[in-house]
Amino acid sequence: MTAVLLPQNLSELWQMVSVFPDATVYAGGTDLLVKLKIGQLSPQALICLERIPELKGVVDGGDHVTIHAATPFSQLLTDSLLIREFPALCQAMTTLGSPLIRNMGTIGGNICTASPAGDTIPPLTVLNAELELVSANGIRHLPINRFITGPGQIGLYPGEILSAIHVPKPKPGSIQFFEKVGQRNALTCSIVSMAAIVWLSDTNRVDAVSLAWGSVGPTIMTCPGVENMLTGHRLTSDILKKAGNMVIRTVLPITDIRASADYRRKVAGNLMLRLCDRYSFPDKDFRGWPREGLSPPCCLPKIII
Amino acid sequence: MPINFKINGKPHVLSCPADRRVIDVIREDLGLTGTKEGCGAGECGACTILVDGAPKLSCLMLAAQLEASEIVTIEGIATDSTGHLVQDAFVQHGAIQCGFCTPGMVLSAVSLLKRNTMPNRNDIKTAISGNLCRCTGYVNIIDAVEAAARNQSMDSDR
Repeated sequence: MTAVLLPQNLSELWQMVSVFPDATVYAGGTDLLVKLKIGQLSPQALICLERIPELKGVVDGGDHVTIHAATPFSQLLTDSLLIREFPALCQAMTTLGSPLIRNMGTIGGNICTASPAGDTIPPLTVLNAELELVSANGIRHLPINRFITGPGQIGLYPGEILSAIHVPKPKPGSIQFFEKVGQRNALTCSIVSMAAIVWLSDTNRVDAVSLAWGSVGPTIMTCPGVENMLTGHRLTSDILKKAGNMVIRTVLPITDIRASADYRRKVAGNLMLRLCDRYSFPDKDFRGWPREGLSPPCCLPKIII
Repeated sequence: MPINFKINGKPHVLSCPADRRVIDVIREDLGLTGTKEGCGAGECGACTILVDGAPKLSCLMLAAQLEASEIVTIEGIATDSTGHLVQDAFVQHGAIQCGFCTPGMVLSAVSLLKRNTMPNRNDIKTAISGNLCRCTGYVNIIDAVEAAARNQSMDSDR
């Protein structure tokens, strides 16, 4: 039998970590329990973070928003500050798993599992999220793209947990986008995903753009070459097709049970064309968010059943 | 270490390994076999239970997490007014064939109707998107939930 500990606050957590330094820490358990079932892990002990109030909630920090790591997705999806400031992140969370998984799984868990297909990671990347890592001995901060170093590999030191995600509020006027392509509309691991944040000038030329792709590399892929190509230009289908070709040459997908590398490359390139649908028509207030009278957590993913 | 929780309204003290899966506690230790195991990996929803009112996957929870919680399984839902309306609507609308998905579907639907008294069909589809059915093709299930919502508002108008 493996001990399962439920600390009620952070100081209890540090006590338990000192007694069980090799314990596996979890919150929602939606990734961990699957690994336990198939025997991929044999933890010395398990520490569950789901009862620690300091690790839950969303706080307006003025120029940034602090998302505490053990907050379940369903709670984050009802937060009006997140919906207003980070629609791409909220869109990603609506496509994650299922309502049942969203009632259990946490944003910290999604980051620490560090699957190349992790849904929240591309939006957090384009939003320049900074992670707060905490132990009994102190606090440190790391940008999300430096925290995840490979599939399932994170830069967490022994005795540390991911306690919060600080997301800077984007400069006003940002247009955010997220799309996940999968084999079905729910309960699907992404085949390719893309997050984008764009600022357009008065003449609809790109002032700044940041893009990130999931499931097409060992970690989230970015492409500064494409960002440079688009800057200063209108988002016409011609330029987006050219950009898509560069994306195809940049991404490093694998072939697995869900899709071939070739298909992933093609989809990653084609997703660039989604930006044309939205931003070539500036009189439409597209913010990468389904707006047809639906509100989270009841929002459908982008594809209609 | 004993685990104290409430199951279908009744307090219970459980002695079992802390790392025993909640689905096994419910089915084997408590004998409540209405909750089903379809995949054991959180991908089918057959193991859905309500934990402090929220639908969750019992195959992905450990017994230790039951401490101080209130669990409702399908066996306990009929005494809830919404639960009764949903179950009745499922029967009336042919939403049950083999019945394996039904406990999870009913609990997800009950949770929806408690949060949203006037769901449209898209809201219903999203609410049950974590519950797979291999028999019905879902349409009758969605019809049943829609009907239960109508009946629920008629009841509350009285």
